Amino acid sequence: MSGFSLILRREFALAFAGGGGPLVAIGFFLAMTSLLPLALGGSPERLAGVAPGFAWLVLALAALISLERMFERDYEDGSLDLIALGPAPLEMAAFAKALAQWATTTAPLALVAPFVVAALGGKTALWPIITAAGLTGGLAFAFLGGIGAALSLGSRRGGILIAVIVLPLFTPPVIFGAGAIEAFGAGLDWKTPLLFLAAYALAAAALSPFAMAAAARNALS
Amino acid sequence: MITALAIEDLCIDRGDRRLIEGFSLVLGAGEAATLSGRNGAGKTSLLRTIAGLIRPSAGRVVFTSASGPLEPDDAIARHAHLIGHQDGLKLSRRAGEEARFQAAWCGGTRGTADAACARLGLSGLLAMPVRRLSAGQRRRLALARLIAAPRSLWLLDEPLTPLDRDQRAAFGAVLTEHLAGGGLVLAAAHDPLPVEAREIELA
Amino acid sequence: MIPALANPDRFMAFSRWAAPLLGALAVLLLAAGLVLDFTAPPDDRQGYAVHIMFIHVPAAWMSLFVYACLGGASFFSLVFRHALARAAARAAAPLGAGVTAAALITGSLWGKPTWGAWWVWGDPRLTSVLVLFLLYTAYMALDAAIEDEARAAPATAILALVGLINLPIVHYSVVWWRSLHQGPSVLRAGGPSLPPVYLTPLLIMGLAYLTGFGALWLVRIRGEVWRRRAAVMAMRAAA
Repeated sequence: MSGFSLILRREFALAFAGGGGPLVAIGFFLAMTSLLPLALGGSPERLAGVAPGFAWLVLALAALISLERMFERDYEDGSLDLIALGPAPLEMAAFAKALAQWATTTAPLALVAPFVVAALGGKTALWPIITAAGLTGGLAFAFLGGIGAALSLGSRRGGILIAVIVLPLFTPPVIFGAGAIEAFGAGLDWKTPLLFLAAYALAAAALSPFAMAAAARNALS
Repeated sequence: MITALAIEDLCIDRGDRRLIEGFSLVLGAGEAATLSGRNGAGKTSLLRTIAGLIRPSAGRVVFTSASGPLEPDDAIARHAHLIGHQDGLKLSRRAGEEARFQAAWCGGTRGTADAACARLGLSGLLAMPVRRLSAGQRRRLALARLIAAPRSLWLLDEPLTPLDRDQRAAFGAVLTEHLAGGGLVLAAAHDPLPVEAREIELA
Repeated sequence: MIPALANPDRFMAFSRWAAPLLGALAVLLLAAGLVLDFTAPPDDRQGYAVHIMFIHVPAAWMSLFVYACLGGASFFSLVFRHALARAAARAAAPLGAGVTAAALITGSLWGKPTWGAWWVWGDPRLTSVLVLFLLYTAYMALDAAIEDEARAAPATAILALVGLINLPIVHYSVVWWRSLHQGPSVLRAGGPSLPPVYLTPLLIMGLAYLTGFGALWLVRIRGEVWRRRAAVMAMRAAA
């Protein structure tokens, strides 16, 4: 079995062994959703108007959840040493970890998002674009988040530090995704922003493993 | 196959402190050496520097094979094992799964992993989650990859600390076999290894 | 010049005279710029608010310029493992954050009389500068969170470079978003259409900020070098 699939399978097993994989992130998503009407006041029109953007934003935030565990657990118990010294490059292991993060956290969120929008009274016709943007943007969030997770290894600040590092970097995918959702709803060109989002996500997936591996090696030194 | 390890004038800095100055060592096939010294003397840092995780401030580490010098990254990735202080085991996973992952990652197979666990007396524990294993059992589980994925150079950091006398003797047999087959062992240990080894004191 | 300055001793010798010189130059330019600023006629559209423009626009230019310096120093620090480059990056960060905050605040002060709002979401420049401010604070937060200097140097350098790569993308994404919304009135800070009576003080203020940054940066780098030397000496004394 190749090194890549070894790491991938292990990441999947660990995500679900820790108690339900994506359930924590989904739980966060749903909790925020239930708070929004309370925070916003009950006007259904306002809620419906805000729903798609809100779902998209909370998806981005929920993607930050469990980022801490991407490298930290391996770092703490010594597995990262083993992974770094193995025959497969650390960049590839980082890629596998981020891909697993996408598959176990952000992709499930993307599938839940349309229900959230519907629950808040938003247009149900938006579900294809929300899912598409969520899946694509989720890829960007997972890989960018991985950079934050790797950079904050060994520091005590953990989760909040990762958020501070990573949220400014989330700006382009958030903008492109929101633009795509809005354009779709208004009947305008939604393909362009979605393509930009995809391009950004693919670039992030291709380049961030190098930053993640460099940061991980730095933490191990 | 690594046939010789040569460390030339290695200097290691941690923070602003010079931890190791001008360390040299030559280890040949079939030889074992123990690094001793008080805690904080740099034994772990030395092993990690040889493994390429830490960059030395001066000096170099040379790995030689029968056909000449080896590229350091390649030598470590394919021909050396580093067993650190920690076991590298995930508590939530089953012992057998972890042993198989570690072995497979280093080039072994499921079969060799199971055989190695049997050799170290762990067969009955493979279905249990790692968190239910004792310190000695976890240590032996971590050491299993040495047998499951054979490699010439073993860099061991306090390998035997949680093991009792009988288990140490059993591991001694493993070490003897490895050395007899032309392997090299460099270990950091407070207590002597159960095999004949050169002792190097780190000041 | 940079390779020549890479040697710490030569840098210290150079900055010893260069920093005060730049500082003096900055003060002169600032004085000249402010005089020209306040003697400039009020703009027919903006009225007296145009005076804030002379403070705001150069600050915005500097916020980007300092980040470019941060990125450049980080690149050298990462690739060549150069301690002085790392000191330069670390020294630049708070200066960059400060000038960016100044740009945001003065921009807001300028915005109220000019377009009637303290802040305009969806303006590419404002959002980019805000994200830039967040990138500076992220850099400083990471630097503060990692205690071991040997580890902090590569980590912060990686973050600075990742931020540098992202910055144009952020700007472009907001430009694109604004085109989708045909948002509120466009921010026209200047550019080629600016009448010369405004251009001269603006450039002088720009140079004032530049030389001021140069002076402060050199001083801060010297401070970093001294700090490190003191730490090494303390270590040796304790050993």
